[in-house]
Amino acid sequence: MDATILTNVVDALPQFDGYVYPNERTLHPLWSVLIVVYPYITGLVAGAFIMASLVRVFKVKALEPVYRLSLLTALAFLLCATLPLLFHLGHPERCFEIMMTPHFSSPMAMFGFVYAWYLMAVLLLELWFDYRRDFVEWSKTEGGLRGIIYRAFTLGVTDVSEPAVRLDARVGRIISIVGIPSAFLLHGYVGFIFGSIKANPWWGNPLMPIIFILSAVVSGMALCVFIYMFLCWARGVTADMRCLDLMVSFLFYAVVIDSTIEGLDWLHRLYSAEEGIAVLKSVATSKLFYTLLIGQACLGTLVPLVLLGSMQLVRKKVSELNRRRVYFTSAVLILMGVLAMRWNVVIGGQLFSKSLRGFMSYKMEFAGSEGWLLSTGLLILPFIILIVLIKYFLDRDLPTIENVVPGAARPADSPEAQI
Amino acid sequence: MSDNITRRGVLKSLAGIVGGILAMPAARTCKAAVQNVFAIAPAPKGYDPFKHKWLMALDVDRCIGCGLCVEACCEENGVPEGHFRTWIERYVITQPKAGSGEMRGETIVDSPDGGKEGFPESLIPKEDILKSFFVPKMCNLCENSPCTQVCPVGATFDAPDGAVLIDKNYCIGCGFCVQACPYGCRFFNPITHTADKCTLCYHRITRGLKPACVEICPSQARIFGDLKNPVPDDPLQRFRSTNKVETLKQYLGTGPRVLYAGLDEEVR
Repeated sequence: MDATILTNVVDALPQFDGYVYPNERTLHPLWSVLIVVYPYITGLVAGAFIMASLVRVFKVKALEPVYRLSLLTALAFLLCATLPLLFHLGHPERCFEIMMTPHFSSPMAMFGFVYAWYLMAVLLLELWFDYRRDFVEWSKTEGGLRGIIYRAFTLGVTDVSEPAVRLDARVGRIISIVGIPSAFLLHGYVGFIFGSIKANPWWGNPLMPIIFILSAVVSGMALCVFIYMFLCWARGVTADMRCLDLMVSFLFYAVVIDSTIEGLDWLHRLYSAEEGIAVLKSVATSKLFYTLLIGQACLGTLVPLVLLGSMQLVRKKVSELNRRRVYFTSAVLILMGVLAMRWNVVIGGQLFSKSLRGFMSYKMEFAGSEGWLLSTGLLILPFIILIVLIKYFLDRDLPTIENVVPGAARPADSPEAQI
Repeated sequence: MSDNITRRGVLKSLAGIVGGILAMPAARTCKAAVQNVFAIAPAPKGYDPFKHKWLMALDVDRCIGCGLCVEACCEENGVPEGHFRTWIERYVITQPKAGSGEMRGETIVDSPDGGKEGFPESLIPKEDILKSFFVPKMCNLCENSPCTQVCPVGATFDAPDGAVLIDKNYCIGCGFCVQACPYGCRFFNPITHTADKCTLCYHRITRGLKPACVEICPSQARIFGDLKNPVPDDPLQRFRSTNKVETLKQYLGTGPRVLYAGLDEEVR
């Protein structure tokens, strides 16, 4: 009797519409908001690194003011990238099995290696080679805790002779070149986790990794614009408009490419009209109306495209203040849009039954391991880490090449430039 | 009366009660140990998975939707409430509207509580129903199982005897396999916090018994057998030779092995 009542109650719940497999009738999707946050954070890492690579590899000198900021941003977010996954696992204490006994046919098993490679072999190494000379200088001038930290980070290598610094620059550049495919790999793999699930017509798509990489680049660049402008505002200095204009130009072109590929994906889905298309259309226009059509497509893509595109055309006629306003608004919109995109993929893919006969709903909880409190906390945590990193490694009072000689060339280009 | 109640008698009774209470934990431990050997331990010693190839076949026309198989499965395997290792779907296909030019009307599918309690009478008037049938569902024992492919630690695997199993002491509970199964056969067990699925009652079949759902089915809609060790007049071989068999969602390339006879195009 109880079971009958329970069944009737579950049947009457508004979260199920049509027929869904009995095992799909759960209160919330198996992969909920934490798995939305996870690819978002990973994407921001990849994008921020690409922004830094523009300086190192492609020698875009105008972007030098944001080089270290971008790398530190990538680091702050990378340190938090595994947390949402860890909180989500049924047995987090067994997480190291992924690296100790990996199952090589699983895309998820590769994450441990890709993550470790990217953190240890790319990001930390590049940062160390870039900062090494500064660590040596600062360890001489700074005392107390800071002095100890800087001394520890020199790892005992205190040679700052010209050949040593030149070697640092060369190795840093090589790491950066290796880092670009690594960043693509890091996020392409996240896309592959979804793209490889052929059971789900929304996810199982060869374009998925590419879409994830492109949206990652877009979101990471937007994050760099956002953080740079925020930092300038917090420090009460005017942003370097040459740098900002160029950052935004790159961001604009990245959005153009990303939106084209995502548009192509939808065009292809609609035209080929495979088995699940009726369900996908229904989800996109009803349950995901606000996050997909309004959030991702209009506010997150079209509006920034128009704003940034018009800035490309009439930049010289617009005052610096207004330009900064437009850039900041666009960056925030893009960041929200990419978050909406992650939501649409992860949650959207679980709003319909694999029987293709019914729909589920998702109402986010407030607290709990799948609640928005934890996920918001996980999104804020990298910013807190970044503040600490900026405090210690991007302090204006510390003498660096940029601080002492504004616009000075980096040792990568002219090793003779000294403090 | 007073003759019956002696000091010795009372003391004996008390000693018996105390002894019983003291023996309870030991008895529980023994019971658990026995269960561990006979029920929870998946296969007995000496069982060679390479010498068997298990297969299930489902006859849609024979299923009466009584739900006994679902109930037996849940009882036998301790399946948590609201989750299912096997379930029954009821398909009701309505008459096409007059003059619509359609072959059939709407298809309504339901599976209240996995069909465990049977099915209440359909709300659709009988005269509006073109046809109705029940379809038992379970793990499709795929040849190229997408669920085992994606497991990041290899906690779920294809046994050589055809069963697809999960090591619940090894599973990290990421849920990737649940997402990868196109048939909705896997679920996240809220008690063990790991993935869970049909094991073909591995603890039974490795001891020469049939799976609980097969054992209890009153209409022989479920046929179970060992392809490597056919018995005389093997029901599985007979099923294959006398029916036109199909499998579910073949186009996904998962190579489902569970055979169906009498499937309708609406079933997926």
